Order: sequence, then C-alpha cells, then structure tokens
Amino acid sequence: MIEFEIDGKKVSASKDMTVLEVAQKEGIHIPTLCHHEKLEPFGGCRICIVEVESRGWTKLVVSCVYPAEKNIIVRTRSPKVDRIRKTIIELLMAHAPDSPQLLDLAAVYGAVPNRYEKDPSFCIHCGLCVRYCAEVAQKNALGFVDRGVHKEISFIPEIAAKECHACKECFPLCPTSYLQAVFVLTEALAFPDPAVKH
Amino acid sequence: MEIETIDRIIDKHHCEASNLLQIMLEIQSSNNWLPKEALKRVSERLKVPMTRIQHIATFYKAFSLVPKGRHKVHICVGTACHVRGATRILDTVEEATGIKPGETDLDMKFSLETVNCLGCCALGPVMEVDGKVHGKMSPVKTAEALKTYE
Repeated sequence: MIEFEIDGKKVSASKDMTVLEVAQKEGIHIPTLCHHEKLEPFGGCRICIVEVESRGWTKLVVSCVYPAEKNIIVRTRSPKVDRIRKTIIELLMAHAPDSPQLLDLAAVYGAVPNRYEKDPSFCIHCGLCVRYCAEVAQKNALGFVDRGVHKEISFIPEIAAKECHACKECFPLCPTSYLQAVFVLTEALAFPDPAVKH
Repeated sequence: MEIETIDRIIDKHHCEASNLLQIMLEIQSSNNWLPKEALKRVSERLKVPMTRIQHIATFYKAFSLVPKGRHKVHICVGTACHVRGATRILDTVEEATGIKPGETDLDMKFSLETVNCLGCCALGPVMEVDGKVHGKMSPVKTAEALKTYE
C-alpha cells in the first residue's frame, strides 16, 4: 500500500496504480482527453499534467502514466499547471476548433480559441479509436500512418468493410467526430453501400 | 514479388514478430519497394496486424509503398550544399530525368529524392546515386554523371 497526498487529501493506492487512477478513485477531478478506463495508458494529450513534489523538488508529470509513489505531494491545480493546460487546449483548438470537449475545457481554463493559426486537421491524435480497435474490439481495422505533423488515422479497407458496420464502438469515443468522417470517406472510396443511391 | 521469396525472407528471420522491421527492410532492399501482397503475407505469417505494418511502413523514410526506379538519386539540399548551388544541381537532374523529388520516371530508371545532409559538406554540392557520392558537382558534371547510368 502506497500512501501520498493529492490536493491536501491523504490517499492510498496499490502498487501498479497511476496518479490519475488514484485521483479518480478518490473523486478528485483531473481533465483527460486520451484516457479511457478500458485501455492502456497512452500519455498522448498531456492535458492531465499535474505538479508532483517529492523530497522538496517540484516537477511536472503526466498523471495518466505516472505511477503512484510513496510520500509525494500532488497538486492538480496550480497557476503553472493551469497555464500549461491552457496552452495545450489552445494548440489543440487550432486543429479542432469546434470539439465540444475542447470548448468545455477552454471555458474552465480561459483558453483563447484563436490564439494559434487555424490548421483544421480535426484529429487531435488522442489515439482512442486506434487503441480501442486494437485492445478492446481486437479488429485492428484502423491505425496511425505517417509521423509528426503528417500523422493521421487510416482504415484498412478490407477489414473495415467486414467488421465496422456491426461494431462502430469507437465512434462515440472520438472527441472531434473526425473518426466518423474518415470512416464515411473510406466507405465511399472502398466499399460503397449498394443501398445508398447516388 | 513472388510469394516464395517473401516466405524465404520470413523463414530466415524465424517467422518472429520481433523481427518485423528486419523482414520489411529485407523485402525493401531486394524488391526496392513494399508491395501490398508482400505486406499481407508478412502480416498473416507473423500474426502482426496490418495496421501496425502500415504504421511502420509509413513511419520510416527507408520504406516505400510505391515502386521505385533502378537508380536512387539523392540530391543534398543541406545548408552547405545549398549555398554552393544545390538548387542548380537539382534543376539539372529534374530537367534530365523529367521528374520532381519524390517521383519515379515511367521507365523506372530513376527515383529522385532530396536529403538534408549527407555528411560530406566539404564536397558540396553533393549528389548521391545508389550510394555512390558524386562531390563538387556542377550542372554539366551532373548531366554527364546521369548519362552513365542505364
């Protein structure tokens, strides 16, 4: 049993829990975008960043991939944490300006939606769809392609044609609805529905 | 690419998923590019999902998902080569082959790429063809060098 402190509250955790899991168990809210309880931690969106003080030193860590540690002091809100989250939200909003989840977060952290030049790629690379398909649905119908600023999600048409119509469990996970758009596009290009008249 | 050749490469690497990258590199070097059928075969035999293979194949610049020419021409456009006139070398190659960077000509003779530094700045501007470095190039020397390739 590991004992430490989150926002002044004494909490206890078992060995392989992350800081985020402990906070959620204790009812302490940490915002997340790429976290899903059924999936392995990913650490993609960095919005769950928190301040950790251990042995007098303060550092910034991503709580969804940071393991619970004895005697640390976690602060989920501090001026520095809030400032970083605000910038992350602003950067993501350059890609997906109308995402409901981002709009909610922007209101909380006072993010300016137009701070950065718009680059509407709509995907924020949270990986929820890709990881859900691989880990839970186990169909591997879509994955990431390319890297860096060119990284995008892409369906394997042969698998998508067979599996996706009956599943579509990843659809509600997408914070921006970009996934649905990619699916419709893949469908139209690779396996059009014969019932739909054009 | 024949299925036997692919199987031989896979067997050479003990048909293990951890050797995926090596298998892909070997297919790439023996075939010059990665055809979809070859990747499908690798995916089936190694039991690795196609999504991961696709991710790897698009992640590394060493892989190509489209056919490549017999000769790979790399023009260095790094800072040193750039100030020594790499653009003129590139223009000459484009003119001589009729292709732009990232493209392959119709008779599959040349594939053209730009690179950011080949590590021999003193020889700039540098052109590399199939791993052979041609240093201190001029437009005339470039056109001459390209003529020697069949």
